[in-house]
Amino acid sequence: MGMYPEIDDKLLSLEEAVRRFIKNGSQIAIGGFTVTRNPMALAYEIVRQGIKDIHLVCHSHGQALDVMIGAGCVKRLEIAYGGNGRYAPTCIRFKKAVQGGEIQFEDYSNYQMSLRFLAGALGIPFIPTKSGLGSDLINLEGFSPEVRKENKVALKKYVITQNPFNGQDDKVVLLPALNPDVAIMHAQYVGEDGTVRIKGLTFADIEQAKSADTVIVTCEEIVPRSFIRLDPDQNSLPPFFVDAIVKIPYGAHPTAVFACYDYDPKHLNLYKKMANDDTLFKEYLDEWVYGVKSHEEYLEKVGNTTLLQIKANPVLGYAVGLDRK
Amino acid sequence: MHGYTDNEMMALAAGRFIKNGDIVFAGTGVSMLAATAAKRIYAPKAVIFFETGGIDPSLDEIPMAVADLRVMSGTCLNSGLIEAFSIVGHRKLHTIAFLGAAQIDKYGNLNTTMIGDYHKPKTRFSGSGGACDVSSFASGVITFMQHQKRRFVEKLDYLTSVGWYKGMDSRKKLGLPRGGALAVVTNLGVMKFDEITKAMYLAEYYPGVTIDKIVENTGFEIDVSNATEAAPPSAEELRILREEVDPQKLIL
Repeated sequence: MGMYPEIDDKLLSLEEAVRRFIKNGSQIAIGGFTVTRNPMALAYEIVRQGIKDIHLVCHSHGQALDVMIGAGCVKRLEIAYGGNGRYAPTCIRFKKAVQGGEIQFEDYSNYQMSLRFLAGALGIPFIPTKSGLGSDLINLEGFSPEVRKENKVALKKYVITQNPFNGQDDKVVLLPALNPDVAIMHAQYVGEDGTVRIKGLTFADIEQAKSADTVIVTCEEIVPRSFIRLDPDQNSLPPFFVDAIVKIPYGAHPTAVFACYDYDPKHLNLYKKMANDDTLFKEYLDEWVYGVKSHEEYLEKVGNTTLLQIKANPVLGYAVGLDRK
Repeated sequence: MHGYTDNEMMALAAGRFIKNGDIVFAGTGVSMLAATAAKRIYAPKAVIFFETGGIDPSLDEIPMAVADLRVMSGTCLNSGLIEAFSIVGHRKLHTIAFLGAAQIDKYGNLNTTMIGDYHKPKTRFSGSGGACDVSSFASGVITFMQHQKRRFVEKLDYLTSVGWYKGMDSRKKLGLPRGGALAVVTNLGVMKFDEITKAMYLAEYYPGVTIDKIVENTGFEIDVSNATEAAPPSAEELRILREEVDPQKLIL
């Protein structure tokens, strides 16, 4: 028995969580949003294990998406936005992969992708919206007819139909539900009973987790049952949705985690410089991903000074006065 | 020179559209600046919110992305994307969205996806994000643009977000009864849209900018017959912008 008997079977190392649940060709929903709460430690481990042909599904994503695409793990992408704030208005390796025709991609919007996860979570096959009428999101398809026949790919990108309830000309867009193989996410707390608490914004993490067959949660801390159940209004997911839990402090670095640490401008600027050049990007991966034996070693490379600079004021949630240029 | 920058003028010109009671949706970059300026200067009772789910943050520091921790701090509520989009198009609310784009056409349709061939683009951008959604649902959209011929185009390379679509009542006929393009704020002036035809026209040019310069930098025919000179920023507007909105000069 370990320290946490209730979640003994779910508490895994990073290496074991990826090896057990992520396969070549897995469809993966990725938690967080652009510069915040990306499951980076998991993304790095996916890269280290050389997972290939991933089908990523996400709304607005940044760093983890870019690293996995750059490392050649991703074959297929359904996405609303690839950007990393001022550090990369368009994600750099994502941009190169699309421009180079190296990746299959399909564009949706944030709301559309969120609705698709919600539909998957609710167990309904599709969901209507008005968003996108008249746009090229609907007029143009990224996936070829061959790709449309593949596993986990909807037969059609959209269907436009009439509202069947009011007898008027009233068009709606039907979106296919998503049920990814795996949802990966990073949270501040997991209780020793397995309850997940995300502080700050949840984005679409909860819908994503509920839509997926398997859920891997990395977290900053494992907290006592008495604590997580004292204020259950604050909790995000009940234990039974979660298949693997990995405790990994700073597991979202260089992206931000509310009330824990801010994004790391120094690292994101370094990434920007290196990701722009193929040779330098290879060096970046060698240095920061392949060449790092443990998460502790990674944090040693980031350095105490930086970790202190990005440390969030726990009351305000961010690092006040951080040099963000 | 005037003693103020393009971004300062743009933030103020857009901020002037916001009224107390408006619910303001802010995107990244100048949008963030304009939304914060609007609240601090013109409409203290406006509410700023983000598609990520942060509602009415204190914005003591300017966020650099819509998922920045600063959009979650001091809020009345932190939620998620589904909740945020339930606000954008809510029938009880007057919502104004601030967006940016790579290309715009004369009916205020926007491209934030790519230049060239869709399947193998010359330049790929970030994509819609929430832009297509807010353009479909918000009461009005104000877009920030660099005023250049290659950005103000006859035909978009990709239509990410619908403005007035093909003009007249074509937006409504698409199935989008609400909203549309309200204004375009550039480094040269402010454009609005004709109430009937929905075509873009020049409403204001900034001090020191000629109408000819705007015509030259617009890739389609634009009506300039009703254009007037915009009021320059006041010392107080600039002070608030510089000292309170973006003291770290991250966007200004």
